[in-house]
Amino acid sequence: MLEIEIDGKKLTVPQGSTVMDAAHSVGTYIPHFCYHKKLSIAANCRMCLVEVEKAPKPLPACATPVTDGMKVHTHSDMAKKAQAGVMEFLLINHPLDCPICDQGGECQLQDLAVGYGNSASRYQEEKRVVVGKDMGPLVSAEEMSRCIHCTRCVRFTEEIGGFQEIGMANRSEFSEILPFLGKTVDSEISGNVIDLCPVGALTSKPFRYSTRAWELSRRKSVSPHDGLGANLIVQVKGNQVMRVLPLENEDINECWIADRDRFSYEGLNSAERLQKPMIKHDGKWHEADWQTALEYVVKGLNGVSRDHGKDAIGVLASPHSTTEELFMVQKLARSFGVNNVDYRLRRSDFRADAAQQGALWLGSSIVELASAKSVLVVGSTQRQEQPLLASRLRQAVKKGSELNVIHVADDALLTKLNAKLIVSPQALVNALAQVLKAVVAIKSGESAIDLAAVTVSADAQRIADSLCGAETASVVLGNVAQHHPAFSELLSLAQEIARLSGARFGVLAEAANSVGAELVGAVPTRGVFGAAVSAGLNAQQMIAEPRKAYVLLNTEVEFDSYNPQAAVAAMKSAETVIALTAFKAEGLLDYADVLLPIAPFSETAGSFVNMEGRLQTFNGVVRPQGEARPAWKVLRVLGNMLGLSGFEYTSVEEVRAEWQGKGEIAPSLNNVLASVSANVQPAASALVRVGEVPLYQADAICRRASSLQATRAAAVPVAHAAQSVLDAAGVQSGAVVVLKQGEGQVRVALEADAALPAGVVRLATAHPTTIVLGGMFDPIEIKQG
Amino acid sequence: MAVFVNGVIFDGVDTAAADAWRLDAYVARGGYQALRKILDSKLPQEDVIAEVKNSGLRGRGGAGFPTGLKWSFMPRSFPGDKYVVCNTDEGEPGTFKDRDILRFNPHALIEGMIIAGYAMGTKAGYNYIHGEVFAEYQRFEEALEEARKAGFLGQHILGTDFSFELYAHHGYGAYICGEETALLESLEGKKGQPRFKPPFPASFGLYGKPTTINNTESFASVPFIIRDGAQKFLEAGKPNNGGTKLFSVSGHVNRPGNYEIPLGTPFSTLLEMAGGMRDGKKLKAVIPGGSSAPILPAEIMMSCTMDYDSISKAGSMLGSGAVIVMNEDVCMIKALERLAYFYHEESCGQCTPCREGTGWLYRVIHRIANGEGRPGDLELLDSVGNNMAGRTICALADAAVFPVRSFTKHFRHEFEYAIEHGKTLVDHKWC
Ligand SMILES: Cc1cc2nc3c(=O)[nH]c(=O)nc-3n(C[C@H](O)[C@H](O)[C@H](O)COP(=O)(O)O)c2cc1C
Ligand code: SF4
Ligand code: SF4
Ligand code: FES
Repeated sequence: MLEIEIDGKKLTVPQGSTVMDAAHSVGTYIPHFCYHKKLSIAANCRMCLVEVEKAPKPLPACATPVTDGMKVHTHSDMAKKAQAGVMEFLLINHPLDCPICDQGGECQLQDLAVGYGNSASRYQEEKRVVVGKDMGPLVSAEEMSRCIHCTRCVRFTEEIGGFQEIGMANRSEFSEILPFLGKTVDSEISGNVIDLCPVGALTSKPFRYSTRAWELSRRKSVSPHDGLGANLIVQVKGNQVMRVLPLENEDINECWIADRDRFSYEGLNSAERLQKPMIKHDGKWHEADWQTALEYVVKGLNGVSRDHGKDAIGVLASPHSTTEELFMVQKLARSFGVNNVDYRLRRSDFRADAAQQGALWLGSSIVELASAKSVLVVGSTQRQEQPLLASRLRQAVKKGSELNVIHVADDALLTKLNAKLIVSPQALVNALAQVLKAVVAIKSGESAIDLAAVTVSADAQRIADSLCGAETASVVLGNVAQHHPAFSELLSLAQEIARLSGARFGVLAEAANSVGAELVGAVPTRGVFGAAVSAGLNAQQMIAEPRKAYVLLNTEVEFDSYNPQAAVAAMKSAETVIALTAFKAEGLLDYADVLLPIAPFSETAGSFVNMEGRLQTFNGVVRPQGEARPAWKVLRVLGNMLGLSGFEYTSVEEVRAEWQGKGEIAPSLNNVLASVSANVQPAASALVRVGEVPLYQADAICRRASSLQATRAAAVPVAHAAQSVLDAAGVQSGAVVVLKQGEGQVRVALEADAALPAGVVRLATAHPTTIVLGGMFDPIEIKQG
Repeated sequence: MAVFVNGVIFDGVDTAAADAWRLDAYVARGGYQALRKILDSKLPQEDVIAEVKNSGLRGRGGAGFPTGLKWSFMPRSFPGDKYVVCNTDEGEPGTFKDRDILRFNPHALIEGMIIAGYAMGTKAGYNYIHGEVFAEYQRFEEALEEARKAGFLGQHILGTDFSFELYAHHGYGAYICGEETALLESLEGKKGQPRFKPPFPASFGLYGKPTTINNTESFASVPFIIRDGAQKFLEAGKPNNGGTKLFSVSGHVNRPGNYEIPLGTPFSTLLEMAGGMRDGKKLKAVIPGGSSAPILPAEIMMSCTMDYDSISKAGSMLGSGAVIVMNEDVCMIKALERLAYFYHEESCGQCTPCREGTGWLYRVIHRIANGEGRPGDLELLDSVGNNMAGRTICALADAAVFPVRSFTKHFRHEFEYAIEHGKTLVDHKWC
């Protein structure tokens, strides 16, 4: 520990602290621009100059290491003069037209200029003009004359984003912040540069000039997208969400949010929002009042249950719904006698249900995962599924943790991997079994899984060595593993690896409330907190054995299902499809017959349980649009109208109290299966599809966010395959081919991709151009042009 | 034109002979004897460093930091990679000595770097060469090849356990890449921008590994020191200013060129060697150490000897040894304008005071030079300069301020006149 005195305050700080760190720890503010606690030290803005006793000149607090006995003055004459001098330099070429700057009112330069600047300028020459840059649909770089060259944006893309999307070209005052020629700045988390930019140089393109910062109110919320549960500040004007910013939470999202969290709000205001209940009569849609629409629903459900029995009804709910909504929907179904309830629409393997003993979750906290010395990520298109977690794992690697990957594609993870096994989906189980076999050998352990047929590859050995050698280790299964037709086997293997190596294991929750859905029993085999229930059909069975009636909560099955082709067919064959939805979606208009407008997360109170099992509650930030109502209220009224008891809630808090009263979260989280099994032989080598969900197709809200839809990640998907696959099919890279699954086929360009293993064709699912196809990891055929 | 007198580096080099730079000629002059001596006698690393320390050799790149001391900062027992890097970026206006070392005696540099590599336990070195001296870069590559073939460079040098690889790298002509940490960035393939120090290169240098950077002339002096002894080198100059030094004399003299002379030689002698003032004009002022060094008026300069201490006492710096001689026809405002323009162009742009200040200084001086000066401009220059100097990541900002301070101090009347009368006092003659 080192002793230091800052403005007369004595304190001790750990070795390696800077003067800035020390000042922060006693709440002393030192003005700064380039310094940011999560970025490397650039020490270029010079705003943080302070006086250090015995130093002949002022020193930058952000970059000056504390030495024992150091005495620092942040407000002395020397310090103040130095700071004022820097402020003058910053302002000489800065356009002082704050009234027309989008950053006005929330600009660090403006704020600090008031405190440290002069009222008149001694600079009489012409100010520099820097032409604007096109950084793509998310980040506006129109006002580059405002840039103060702090390079926060540059450092962010490189250090946190993982690769340089922004650079500073040229020298001297001709230095300019640029994207790379012809490139955009819209990788999965690049929007954070908007927050980082201390001035109005980089601003939010969708938000720009729509309103003034001081006209907005700030409300706390939680991201409804991936399973991380990023904390949000939602900014509101009138009754509209205008902007979304990160709310710092070191345990979850640190000070970042993904672009999906930031820009999805545009979807909330989309023209597709369903404003009124609608009923289809004779193939035509009509607006209806709530009473009529609910009576229609009740009649439909009663009719089907009378004619075909309760089992003819299926309930499919989105894990992007709130815990209260999911609790209510399963309660409504089960009270009515319907056991077919599931949230796992993209799952294809439910064999683990019988052995499952609790809610599937991460198996550790996010912080624990990020600080594990060795991590094995199985089947995850990480940057797409969990953009911020992927970044956090990259930071972990920089701090020395070993990242291992078993996956179906050699995606650019922008970090150093300790070892990787890239195999076709059919060999995924075998790959994980190799690791298990190596772990068994290292630990001289035993496994119930028969590993005799497994040959351990060098990379599997490295992974096993890494997991067994590390003090703390984690094995986590991503979306590809969870959607995979052998999920239960992968989970079994992960469990065995974890048991023998001492690692933790779990799943990377796909959606904001996957864990919540598990907890409140939005599954056919387990009730609230695992309570025993009469088993019903799971999501796949409800599709494979079509029901006569479906209740859809917050989902469009063509985008949200493992097999959209089958799901849509099932919907079309039903007598009634009742959709509780925030959007007048094209698909729903086609196969549903009644649409009930429900409020998205921003318009209702609720909660999400994130991947680490953390319950996060939030309130609505605006009133529901049009006649939309919070889904819990709709479900409550339906319960009343169906004559069910236990639906007398007057507030969402009552709903929450009820499910919370039935158990505790922590003890209910459990990934351990009562029995494990896996068939470790690689499956037959038919060509299979790798069909992941694109970054901005994951949920109903982001699908309608127009700026996100203009990014590179949202481009119409093309198919990719290894050269060997193209050769076997006799096609050139880039040729348009017909890809066929079941009854459906699409014409799409097929490009060679060295990142893919043999035997697969990668083509995204959940996209309007591919929803006629079948299962995400099922066989697929290539037919020439 | 190059003239060498009593040289250390250019001892015996016949610059007129086409092949004087080649290995054979170098060996004939006694080249690579120092390396043989070290390897034959298995001289301990500490002894090599001690010898360099005792020689009084001070860095020839500008700052004059004692070379032996710098070498002793390298963690010699550090097990991983370490590097020695030579700075031949030579971009400072007025300086053209390192180019001549590559042109006439590249093996002196190569041998010096090999010895440095030995002394600091490094296995690899790089020479970063200014991008605009391409012919010299090519010659250096050839010289490297000669040394490799002859077994002086590469694996198992002269059959011993000692191995050292040396590579040449040419830059693209940015002055800032001569600043040692910008040079490292550039060598790593990044934009040439100085790094904040600490950490210093001795602990975090090239690719994050311990690195020692020296100027071309510093390295090229080492073979002499080892071969003929520290004492002999020291005696060639004067105490605390050991050795001879290359001076690049330019400006209004009859014979501009490089002169290698003992440190401590009177300036008047150097001026005479350079043929005296051209056209019999009067000496007005001299920048004694490259464009970053404060200018000195003729009277002061004529009383100086050419060494670190004397020039420093007179209020300037010996710097890189670029001696810019100006006659009575020079308008000091024009001269300063040119220098200010240079720094304005060459600032790397990362630090606020330098990025914004160099342009501001230039514009004000430009205005004054064009008869548009305003009352208060000299105070403004002074104050802007004060807000720059010592407030930045590297010394370029200081280098930009020193000329402004010294010109406006020693020739204040010219500036005042121009501001008052809307025209310059001296009718500048371009020649
Ligand atoms: C802006 C700037 C430019 C520099 N250019 C050079 C150069 O061209 N050559 C050089 O040897 N040193 C140059 N230096 C000095 C180097 O940073 C470094 O101090 C030197 O290479 C060390 O070598 P020495 O100890 O042998 O002098 C420059 C320094 C600054 C601040
Ligand atoms: S654009 Fe903004 S963040 Fe980037 S360097 Fe300029 S001021 Fe800093
Ligand atoms: S002082 Fe100037 S040249 Fe040096 S780092 Fe700063 S901006 Fe770049
Ligand atoms: S905050 Fe320290 S130099 Fe920018």
